[in-house]
Amino acid sequence: MSSAPGVNYLNEKSGLWSWLTTLDHKRIGIMYMIAVFTFFAIGGTFAMLMRWELFSAGKNIVEAQTYNEFMTFHGAIMAFMVIIPGVPAFLGNFFLPLMIGARDVAFPRINLLSWYCLIIGAAVAFYSLIYNGADTGWTFYTPYSIKTDNGTTILVAGVFILGFSSILTGLNFIVTVHKLRAPGMTFFRMPLFIWGLYATAIMQVMATPVLGITLLLLIAERTMGIGFFDPTLGGDPVLFQHFFWFYSHPAVYIMVLPAMGVISELITCYSRKTIFGYRAIAWSSVGIAAVSFFVWGHHMFVSGESEVVAILFSFMTMLVGVPTAIKVFNWTATLYKGSIIFNAPMLFAMGFIFLFTIGGVTGIILAVTAVDVHFHDTYFVVAHFHYVMVGGTLMAIAGGMYHWMPKMFGRMYNEFWARISFVLIFVGFNVTFFPQFVLGAMGMPRRYYDYLPVFQPLNRISSIGAWTIGIGFLVVLYVILRCIFTGEKAPDNPWGATTLEWQTSSPPPHENFLTQPVVTGGPYEYK
Amino acid sequence: MPPEATDLASKVDALYSFLLWASFISTMLVVGGLTYFAIKYKRTDKNQKSAYITHNNTLEFLWSFIPFLIFMGVFAWGWVLFHDMRNMPADALEVAVQGQQWDWTFTYKNGRRSSGEMVIPVNQPVKLVMASKDVIHSFYIPAFRLKQDVVPGRYTTLWFQPKYKGEYQVFCAEFCGRQHSGMLAKIKVVSQEEFDEWLGNDPYKGLSMVEVGHKVYSTRCVICHNLTDKKLVGPGWKDLFGHQVELADGSTVVADENYIRESILNPNAKIVKGFPPAMPTFAGQLDEQEIMGLVEFIKTLK
Amino acid sequence: MSTSNTTTQEYVHHVAHHFDSAEEEYRTSKFGLWVFLMTEILMFGGLFVGYIIFRGIYSEAFAEASKFLDWRLGAINTVVLIFSSLTMVLSIYYAQHNQKAKVLLNLYITFFCGVIFMCIKAYEYAHKIHEGLLPGHMFHYSEQVAAHAPLYFSFYFCMTGMHGIHVMVGMGFILWLIRRAHRGEFSSNYFTPLECVGLFWHLVDLIWIYLFPLLYLVG
Repeated sequence: MSSAPGVNYLNEKSGLWSWLTTLDHKRIGIMYMIAVFTFFAIGGTFAMLMRWELFSAGKNIVEAQTYNEFMTFHGAIMAFMVIIPGVPAFLGNFFLPLMIGARDVAFPRINLLSWYCLIIGAAVAFYSLIYNGADTGWTFYTPYSIKTDNGTTILVAGVFILGFSSILTGLNFIVTVHKLRAPGMTFFRMPLFIWGLYATAIMQVMATPVLGITLLLLIAERTMGIGFFDPTLGGDPVLFQHFFWFYSHPAVYIMVLPAMGVISELITCYSRKTIFGYRAIAWSSVGIAAVSFFVWGHHMFVSGESEVVAILFSFMTMLVGVPTAIKVFNWTATLYKGSIIFNAPMLFAMGFIFLFTIGGVTGIILAVTAVDVHFHDTYFVVAHFHYVMVGGTLMAIAGGMYHWMPKMFGRMYNEFWARISFVLIFVGFNVTFFPQFVLGAMGMPRRYYDYLPVFQPLNRISSIGAWTIGIGFLVVLYVILRCIFTGEKAPDNPWGATTLEWQTSSPPPHENFLTQPVVTGGPYEYK
Repeated sequence: MPPEATDLASKVDALYSFLLWASFISTMLVVGGLTYFAIKYKRTDKNQKSAYITHNNTLEFLWSFIPFLIFMGVFAWGWVLFHDMRNMPADALEVAVQGQQWDWTFTYKNGRRSSGEMVIPVNQPVKLVMASKDVIHSFYIPAFRLKQDVVPGRYTTLWFQPKYKGEYQVFCAEFCGRQHSGMLAKIKVVSQEEFDEWLGNDPYKGLSMVEVGHKVYSTRCVICHNLTDKKLVGPGWKDLFGHQVELADGSTVVADENYIRESILNPNAKIVKGFPPAMPTFAGQLDEQEIMGLVEFIKTLK
Repeated sequence: MSTSNTTTQEYVHHVAHHFDSAEEEYRTSKFGLWVFLMTEILMFGGLFVGYIIFRGIYSEAFAEASKFLDWRLGAINTVVLIFSSLTMVLSIYYAQHNQKAKVLLNLYITFFCGVIFMCIKAYEYAHKIHEGLLPGHMFHYSEQVAAHAPLYFSFYFCMTGMHGIHVMVGMGFILWLIRRAHRGEFSSNYFTPLECVGLFWHLVDLIWIYLFPLLYLVG
């Protein structure tokens, strides 16, 4: 027991081995943080290289084949190693037990195993680079992914292993939320971040296995020619798309739902006001998770699916837009008659609402069948998903990071530089991706190494924005390092927040709480 | 947006405009609300209290139901247009499209083939019946606001009725490998008379590839080249294929398919020793069928 | 606290620090296993969906190809697995009644059933490999068959192969249980691992009960 003063989860045991064999969810969260940030730097570097190549029409720094490999790795790294684990495995692992008043997650050893799955999966994925990696795009569409002669099999195997990281995290979270809540904490007294993680966990557990089997079948197709996706043997290449998107559509909600949970926490804390529409937001998380399983075909309106099927998927996609809109309105209403401060986390939260709204409405635009025919596979889609993934999830990770840094490290971050990072990221992001909506409308397809000269001016603007985002994230790194090593000591509750993690020391002890918390009211009783 | 080259394109643009406006207004409402509340309720005093408001069911209902109505509206509007897109007219002119890594070939009912350029008459419905030879491609015509994946092992279809004469860009819109971004084509919409003339006027009808190559040579290349090893303006082609060629910079290269293709499309990339850099490029003037025909023809010159 | 009558030292199970009680740990572990079983159902589900789709498209070819399977061997395997689920349940029952010898007996029988199952499987596979009845491009049967028979065999090998891997993993877990049972770790106070592995084993059995008619009894 670490009830001695000054002893916390960071200093109670030292040495690399104590970290690599830890069963403490807080240490595992920190290890995820380091891994995810490292993968983000690598994926981001591929993005910078891509935008450098795209600065002008024609060849700039690499050949078409290399560009296609960069494009694939950027997508695969960001999707599977950054955005999917980003909030749940880092912030979720650290704060889920704390926020429900538990001493750890239900299965700490499985938690550690999930981290190793991330690391080993990533290692296998990067190993494929020895064989020139893959050039299929992160979606691995057949038949091209079957025929291309490079390290695709190895990359796919790496992604398969990464899938287990996600499944095990989800499994742990579902069980933890059901079984380990503190006395008095009913489901409707849980913080909304937990609702977000819970809904995400359901999707992780139910959708990821389908990706798993799909990837195994792709490997079997590549290595043994089994024929499910090969028309010469009676197979159907479009079947791959159905299987792939059955997972990958819920996957994008796995990416965004926990981020929305973070935003709920930030908005209520920094307006010092109880969240508006708690039940609506909670139910909307579950609603989005449920409906997300029925919209996968909206990625396939022009793939050959019938008119009836396309219409059904379009309808379901409209349905999923409603709970999403509900959240945005409830967050905005929370600010009404609040007492608001604009520190870096709040800036990121408000930036999220603005950028996610744009991402969301462009999603509705794409859900309209007749309009998607023009926009499918163009830069409009690229802009849409970057608005929700980067303008959404990544901003939530940054905001959540700053918000919870005092708790994780016991030190305050530098407010001035954190705000600078926000400005650089926010402005850089819009400069990079807004022009891409226009490029898509003009007809520029995605995954294009080279483009017609008419597309050049907007591509140049986009590239300049990209490098600005890069600098913004370097500033974030600076702020984090400066905080960890020389930050001013943080009090237990610098923000005056009401959720349970702030009722223990900064950083928390190994056991999280010195005495078992007992909950008697809602999570946001700012009165 | 690109030009509205069909009636359907105009209708799609109308729906898109509505969507853009609706999106803009809703975004401004949210951002406006955020900004207004942020300024009005900024914490000026350390102890400034907030109001305790947990929810409002009426508001909740309104801001669920109104968006739902708008979503249903655009869904239905989109359905009507989408149905039009999928409803193939019975009397359309049919063109077969083959996509392959990395070009498009068009075949007409009378056997006329062209690659890289589809010629069609204005104001007539045209139906494309498409298949792929290898991997999934996608036939995308921005000016018509249309696209359809082209899949190996089955046919997919697309139809349109162009309103105006002109040239419209075609892109491949499904990643298909190295030259995905180079898999371009053009749709050339001409008058009925010009189309009929073009259709009946297949200069390579019934010819083998070698014969096509020979024909191209005798009309386009004979001015500077010859079929012996005599040196004219350009090198002779006898015994060219498969042998080493010495270049002006001193290096040597094997005259294979790629070398010949590059010489036609980008002649200044490799200048043969002893010749001036005088050859013009034939990019845009010779199509795939003609270039490949030339290659086959040159292979026979021993 | 009751003791098992063949151990010299009573085994005390330590409840992990983050649980309030052994009861909480037991209920949580079982719940976790059920969630895990959901993921397995979804993974196999993908294969089943693919099979149903292609069987619908090529029903005659699949019916013809399934004749190469010996339904009697499949039936024996079905009985073997169902029986092994029974012995698995019995091992839990006897643990709850502190009868270590019977726990071990039933675990050994369950494991042995797994061995029988895998041997029959190996025999079936060897026969097919010998005849060239292989998936997709590897198919090289000497006589004429329906055009899409290779696709049937792709499903056959993928589905029974995936299932077979799960049987072997289950057998590995049963060996682990045997080792722990020998050490007297299971009693009426603590039998969670037996229940959890039991649940997994029942799922493996259940999946076979669907595979058998779909693959062997087509047509």
